[in-house]
Parts: sequence; structure tokens; C-alpha cells
Amino acid sequence: MPSPQRLDVNESGSITVIRFRDQKIIDPVAIQELGQELFDLVEKEDRRKIILNFGNVEFLSSAALGKLITFEKKVKRIGAELILTNISPEIFQVFSITNLDKLFKIKDTEADALAVL
Amino acid sequence: MPVPSSSAERTLSTTLASNLIDYHRLIDNVADQLAELGWEYPNLFAVRMALEESISNAIRHGNNEDPAKRVHVECRLSPVRFWSKIVDEGAGFNPSAVPDCCAPERLEVPGGRGLALIKAYMTSVEYNECGNCLTMEKRLDVRREAIGDADGEG
Repeated sequence: MPSPQRLDVNESGSITVIRFRDQKIIDPVAIQELGQELFDLVEKEDRRKIILNFGNVEFLSSAALGKLITFEKKVKRIGAELILTNISPEIFQVFSITNLDKLFKIKDTEADALAVL
Repeated sequence: MPVPSSSAERTLSTTLASNLIDYHRLIDNVADQLAELGWEYPNLFAVRMALEESISNAIRHGNNEDPAKRVHVECRLSPVRFWSKIVDEGAGFNPSAVPDCCAPERLEVPGGRGLALIKAYMTSVEYNECGNCLTMEKRLDVRREAIGDADGEG
């Protein structure tokens, strides 16, 4: 697998913690690349407990939401677990407007997510 | 129908190529100018989101990213009002025929959230009859529930 370009990936025991490198997730090439990196983690590297930390994300488009939804479906299909954390109030509002706060499991912090995975 | 009004408003008018890169400079410019006019972060986020989704929709779905087609954007900015008209050169669409992306049975469908975001973040949103021209407005002097409106009572 090529080294990640859009994501920082760290291990915490059996749990994979992912942080986005981009502050704004709007560029279609970047969205495609980060989507593929996410997909590879579950499809090629067999990661089963995943925390997606949004602490660095200031803005994201509906195209980025679409990629996250596709990722969530893949995670669900293979029986893995995914938790989103550290979402700013503005980004959380985007999830809330589109009802995606009901689709994704969301915790305030990485520590909160680690406690339940 | 929201219309351009005050002579004190700043205006921007530009024609964009149908690619998903170039328009970001326009959005940065609008946000910078609104910040100069005293707009604060939650409202700037709202305007950024509405422009991002409306222009990318015009390029992606309106013009089908056809390099021969353009997107025409006009913006009017004031300390209390953001107004914009986005016109593509496509055949248009029927916005009322777009499925509700927020319905429980459609939550896992990846697309179709742009329009919901535009409507949530703006005070008013209207399409022309054929659906290739979007007019949207955010007013900070109107007490309402528009998302991000820092002047609202909350």
C-alpha cells in the first residue's frame, strides 16, 4: 500500500486512529484520495476498530460527506466499528442538518471513543 | 424573491470555467470581503457552504463539467446581507423532484445533500422556472432560524 497522503494513521492497541491532514475537504482529487485510503484500511489492511478524528477539519463539502457515507457502508458490511470524534460545532451542524448524526456513531473525544471500542 | 437592493453593497461578478478547482478563489474572496464587513465565523461558514454547494452543483450537475460551458456568479455583500445568483448553461432541473436526503431510508445514499445544506444555511433560496439559475440570500438583520445566524436569538 502506498504511504498515506491525506490521512495520519496511528495504532492504539487494536484500534486504528485516523486524523485528516486537510483542514478543508473540498477538492475532488483530495476527496477521492482520502476515500481510497480509508477504504484500503478496512478492505486491504483488515482494520476493524476505527476512530476518525475530525480535530483538524474546518470545512467539508457534501461530496466529502458522500465519501464518508460510502466508507461507513463498507465498515458496516464487513462488521467493523467506526466512531467519529473531535467534530467542531460547525462541522457537527453539517452532520445534523443532513441527519448524518443519526447514521454515524459520534463521540466528543478520542478518549471517549477508545472507552467504548 | 430576493433581489439586489442597496447601493452601499459591494458587488462581485465573475464567469467561471466548469471545473471543480477554480471557483474556490471566488469563495475565498467573498469570505474575505464579508470578514472585512464585520461578518463572523459561523456566518462566514454558512456563506462558504452555500457557495461551495451551489457552484459545485452548477458545474457538476448543471454543466456536466463540460469545458465549453460556464457558470456565471454575481454576489452582493453588505454588513448585514449576502446575496448571490448562480447561473449555469445546462438544461436545468426540478428542485422539488430531488429526493429528501435526510429521510431515514436515504441516509446511506452518498449524494444529494448539497441542496439541503444551501437551504439550511441561507435565509431564502429560489430557483428559476427551468432550474439553471439559483438566487440565494442570507440576512443578518432578520431574526430567524437560519443556521449560523449569529444575530438570531438562539
